[in-house]
Amino acid sequence: MSRLSAQVRTELQLVARNGEQLLLTLGIPVMLLVFFSLVDVLPTGTDDPIDFLAPGVLALAVMSTAMVSLGIGTGFERAYQVLKRLGATPLGRGNLIAAKIVAVVAVELAQFAVLVPIAVVLGWSPPSPNWLLAAVAVVVGTVAFAGIGLTMAGRLRGEVNLAAQNGLYLVLLLLGGMIIPFDELPAPLRTFARVLPSGALADVLRDALADAGSRPGTSWIVLAAWAVVTPPVARALFRFEGHR
Amino acid sequence: MSAVVVDGLTVRYGDLVAVHEVSFRAEHGEVTAVLGPNGAGKTSTIEVCEGYRRASAGSVRVLGMVPADHQRQLSERMGVMLQEGGVYPSARVRDAVRHYCDLYGRGVDPDALVGAVGLAERSSTTWRRLSGGEKQRLSLALALACRPDVAFLDEPTSGVDVLGRDTIRAIVRDLAAGGCAVVLATHELDEAERLADRVVIFDRGEVIADGTLDELRHGHDEIRFRSAPGLDLESLATATGLTASAVGPDEYLVRAAADPQVVSRLSGWLGDHGHPLTDLRAGAQRLEDVFRRLTAAAADGSRSDSTGDGDGSGAAGSDADEASR
Repeated sequence: MSRLSAQVRTELQLVARNGEQLLLTLGIPVMLLVFFSLVDVLPTGTDDPIDFLAPGVLALAVMSTAMVSLGIGTGFERAYQVLKRLGATPLGRGNLIAAKIVAVVAVELAQFAVLVPIAVVLGWSPPSPNWLLAAVAVVVGTVAFAGIGLTMAGRLRGEVNLAAQNGLYLVLLLLGGMIIPFDELPAPLRTFARVLPSGALADVLRDALADAGSRPGTSWIVLAAWAVVTPPVARALFRFEGHR
Repeated sequence: MSAVVVDGLTVRYGDLVAVHEVSFRAEHGEVTAVLGPNGAGKTSTIEVCEGYRRASAGSVRVLGMVPADHQRQLSERMGVMLQEGGVYPSARVRDAVRHYCDLYGRGVDPDALVGAVGLAERSSTTWRRLSGGEKQRLSLALALACRPDVAFLDEPTSGVDVLGRDTIRAIVRDLAAGGCAVVLATHELDEAERLADRVVIFDRGEVIADGTLDELRHGHDEIRFRSAPGLDLESLATATGLTASAVGPDEYLVRAAADPQVVSRLSGWLGDHGHPLTDLRAGAQRLEDVFRRLTAAAADGSRSDSTGDGDGSGAAGSDADEASR
């Protein structure tokens, strides 16, 4: 078995055994999708709430995995000296990062394999979805969110990182246009929300899958900017040794 | 060629000098104990050897390589045991060992390794549920997964119970017997005394002694005994010529060669005065006493240096030189 394969296997084992991460990456998106599709209380502005919710929840799933799950997991690995110990093996940083990317993509595929059929069962039937464009959006969004998650994981102490990642997740969930439309936010907050990566990813996914983005051009620029800026920031700030 | 060569190593953190011009060697087939109190510079030195940080000055070579420049190549032959952590908290014992065996790719059987460190019955337990001693044994197993030619073990028996210590000691001895250079960083003097072929003593960032246990103990024989509290030590000295000092309520120390006639005079005096002899230990100084002597001498040396009374050579320097010789 190659070193990369060994590391990927370990990364996936850890995700599969971590109940909190499964709740975050799969449980919460499924619950939000099902609940708000069946209980029509959100001002989605669509005939059927699932038309607004499905792309938004897919964006939420990407954020959950690429930012929060990756960030919390990496933060604890740093705090428990796992990264330091791996640094004294022949694995190498390149293979470690590659393994994490493979694990994130694998989890995202699993999320989509669960969420898309559930959305379809709940009545989601976009007329001409552009899945290729959606895949590009997911890749760019993954890079952007991973950069944010790893920046925090590489700098903050383990427990502080945990709290910060969860707090940011909640803020981006509420402000991000994922389950609440931008237009329902107060004007100053709306402007702020539109430059967040969460809102941008939800908007470009909505545009790609249902041709219903509010400002897809701007959202693509915002999302790409986050994807360009955050990985170098993470690289510059990341410290492999950490403390609990 | 020595497995580890540290030559004039200095490690600075900003203005703080953690390690100052340290030199020592570790040989294949030997256990070298790096001793010293917390903050003495042991871990900084070991981390330079492991390639985790660069030397501020001086040089370090491990298996002929500069660790910071060749960590990848070195890591294939270097076992590392961190002072704590290093394992995914939710990883199971066998999975963690298998992971490292696969990363090193040296054909080590994970099940055999789990058994060797005495964790076979805990192989499906996650790291976070292991006791402190079990975590140390798992960490040791990960260090062995590469069949190391050199191994750096940081406090390997810290928090380990008696049986676990026996297991770890046996593994360390086997490693050295197989030709591995084992460098053991510890502040547990008893552990070093049991395992080490060579001892390097750190104090305040400097090496104050370096040698085999025999070399460090040379010329410092003693007799320790326990008897009734409050012995008349002047009477003992007058009758036997032995100068004793009380080192505990009922424990006494005589600085003298472990000669049977000396022991006979001492026990005879005790018997004549109706005092019990509840414990007797004669011979070379314990490593703990060597350590106390050397660190106290180093402190005296630095004090006299700082007041300008000393000549700069210092008792510690003398002892270290003596040990090195």
